[in-house]
Amino acid sequence: MNKQSDDKIVDLLRQSIPPADAELQRDLWPKMLGRLQERSAALPWFDWALLAALALWLCLAPGTIPVLLYHL
Amino acid sequence: MPVAEEQSDRLRQFTHGDLDAFEALFREFQGEVYRWIGRIVRDAGAAEDLTIETFWRIYRAHARFDPERSFGAWARRIATNVALDYLKRARPQESLPADFPATASPNPGIQREVRERTERAFRQLPAKLQVTAILALIEEEPYKNIAEILGISVGAVKLRVFRALRILRKTLEQMGIEP
Repeated sequence: MNKQSDDKIVDLLRQSIPPADAELQRDLWPKMLGRLQERSAALPWFDWALLAALALWLCLAPGTIPVLLYHL
Repeated sequence: MPVAEEQSDRLRQFTHGDLDAFEALFREFQGEVYRWIGRIVRDAGAAEDLTIETFWRIYRAHARFDPERSFGAWARRIATNVALDYLKRARPQESLPADFPATASPNPGIQREVRERTERAFRQLPAKLQVTAILALIEEEPYKNIAEILGISVGAVKLRVFRALRILRKTLEQMGIEP
């Protein structure tokens, strides 16, 4: 492997894949805002964990359902 | 209020999770982040999605940002990681989109087949080598900048470029192209 051979590969690369020159064509803020709202509407993981624990508890001890309903 | 003071104030507000400050930063840096990601992934649609993903990660990490440091450099580092994750997921067989704006057209003197094989060989490189090689060899970004963005030493950048060239030579030879 020599420098001349490396230079040839670099030349071939630059001729095949020229440097990019892209400008953003539109404002992405509305899309970003959508993403932020979508994520904030999602339930955090600990809420899901709490729901799962409650469901498990009710399955294991169905007798507690009336007690739970009484306290709601 | 002087511009520098206003900027510093905005960065401080951003670290406290202020949405207005985040919007102002988004509007100021979205073009820069998009251009940077575009240089790496070379796909306009993907670059837009990855710009959103970058700012989503920025927003989530707001509390970790040091307002004394450059927001642009921080955003660029996160954008590079997002682009790297994208390249890891991308299929190497996929060729680069032909309609992505470039400073010049591919050299018409090179046969289309050779060009396509070279692109394919490049896309087969591991993502880390691809990012380093595209920045160093095609975009001609200084090694020092690449090292800072990737969080590695200049020596490691040189090593990655060397490895990328070695793999490329081997792949091109297997494809019947003698560089």
